[in-house]
Amino acid sequence: MSVEDALTRLSREESGRVLALLAGRLGDLDLADEAVQDALVEAVRTWPTQGVPDNPAGWLMTVARRKALDRIRRTTSARRRVTAAAYDLLEAVEPASDRGLVEKGAEQMEITDEHLRLVLLCCHPALNQDAQVALTLRLVGGLSTAEIAAAYVVPEATITQRVVRAKRKIRDAAIPLSIPAALTERVEALLTVLYLIFNEGYLSRSSADLVRVDLADEAIRLTRLAHDLLPDSGEVGGLLALELYQRARFATRVDGAGELVLLEHQDRTRWDRDQIAEANRVLAAALADRTPGTFRLQAVIAAQHANARTYADTDWPAIAAAYARLDEHTGSAIVRLNRAVAVAEADGPHAGLRLLDTVEGLDDFHLLHATRAELLSRAGDPDAARTAFARARSLTDNPAEQRFLDGRIAAQP
Amino acid sequence: MSTRLIRGRQEAAMEYMFLINVDETQGPPGDPTADGFEEMMAGWFAYNQMLTDGGHFVAGASLQPSATATVVRNDSGTVTDGPYVETKEQIGGFYVVSAADLDEALALAAKMPTQGAIEVRPVMFRPDA
Repeated sequence: MSVEDALTRLSREESGRVLALLAGRLGDLDLADEAVQDALVEAVRTWPTQGVPDNPAGWLMTVARRKALDRIRRTTSARRRVTAAAYDLLEAVEPASDRGLVEKGAEQMEITDEHLRLVLLCCHPALNQDAQVALTLRLVGGLSTAEIAAAYVVPEATITQRVVRAKRKIRDAAIPLSIPAALTERVEALLTVLYLIFNEGYLSRSSADLVRVDLADEAIRLTRLAHDLLPDSGEVGGLLALELYQRARFATRVDGAGELVLLEHQDRTRWDRDQIAEANRVLAAALADRTPGTFRLQAVIAAQHANARTYADTDWPAIAAAYARLDEHTGSAIVRLNRAVAVAEADGPHAGLRLLDTVEGLDDFHLLHATRAELLSRAGDPDAARTAFARARSLTDNPAEQRFLDGRIAAQP
Repeated sequence: MSTRLIRGRQEAAMEYMFLINVDETQGPPGDPTADGFEEMMAGWFAYNQMLTDGGHFVAGASLQPSATATVVRNDSGTVTDGPYVETKEQIGGFYVVSAADLDEALALAAKMPTQGAIEVRPVMFRPDA
């Protein structure tokens, strides 16, 4: 491994773990974060000449702890903190015990525990969702504020401010670094944040915009981490499978002209079979958890699409059944709309139209009218279809969609 | 490194203020002869007892309706009738509680026998503490 690869690995994969451990010891997230950053800077400075240490994580822990001690010593106003932290810091000052902490199997549980605390802290409900996303990427994912800002196309100062404000609230309101009793709710918040990060990558329509593909991959990496930390949660497995199914299709979702390619027309030979196979394994294991969950249902739907050899081979009744359950769980109008599409494929356009009539609150959503129009067209009612296509067109500002809908209007007999 | 040490350190208690925001038009009756008054008060007595028994109670009070409020503005030296802000919900009472961390404070606030929104704010400074 090159020094550069080792440094990337250190910041992305090891820093979150070391930060979690140090924050637990110091009882001070901000101080721990500063110390880890100081240590990463030292790695960048010294590794190219001195070489990569045998145990990078252990090295990071030792150096970060020394940096924390330096900072505490420098800050006279932190005398109270010194008193609180001195025992732990001085207790295990020899590097050997660090190696032990990071490598020894017996201690592994404790690190897992600390790491999980940090991951869950980032998604505490007392923090708003923007802050949850920024903190997760920054503290767990080890991304710099500049990298997060680039991925979300916002000024770096905005991300910096979000992180600073969130860390200040964690400190001043005493948001604890602990595993909550109501773990399920917190895990849901975590999964929502991870999926938001993934979607920020998924919705990227420009193949040149590689940073966002990186973001989707980062979300997958963090979801894998959550999967390792919470192996018994079926929903975490469900989300990981869902992300892998969608990631497997990334290369075929945009054509050479930068236009979005619908599922029906994607080149299935270019789907990533290894990722689909892994998703299948993860999903099968996740389905052993019988508690209901929306991510698993979405993964089941994605699995049907990913495993269909051709569009015509798609098992629409299975997809319609999964959508029916998702509809029950979420009561979401968008889910009902998607369900209507699946039902139309499974049972014909009239069945789909009947379900569409029960969708509420989406009258100004162009895709509702576009869907109705397609089903009316298939049901042999071109006049009604034309009207619905025109309504859809009046509701979208996207030129590509307008061109598409104009084409559909012209194609009606 | 043991988690016991971390927990021990976090036991240094924090104080939080619970600002109880309720819609006064929907609020509990203040009239002791009204139906349901006893049941309503029983819930509050139980809640207060729980705070006291758990060592959480620092201070607290139920307030007269916001129509009785008067605002003194020290920046302009004016005195005006009414609450500081007119909102759908008004501050009906408050507690100051002692809790280990925000999660414990939120759990205590969630047990309060009232509808409405409870703002939980850490206390920065208290002259008698």
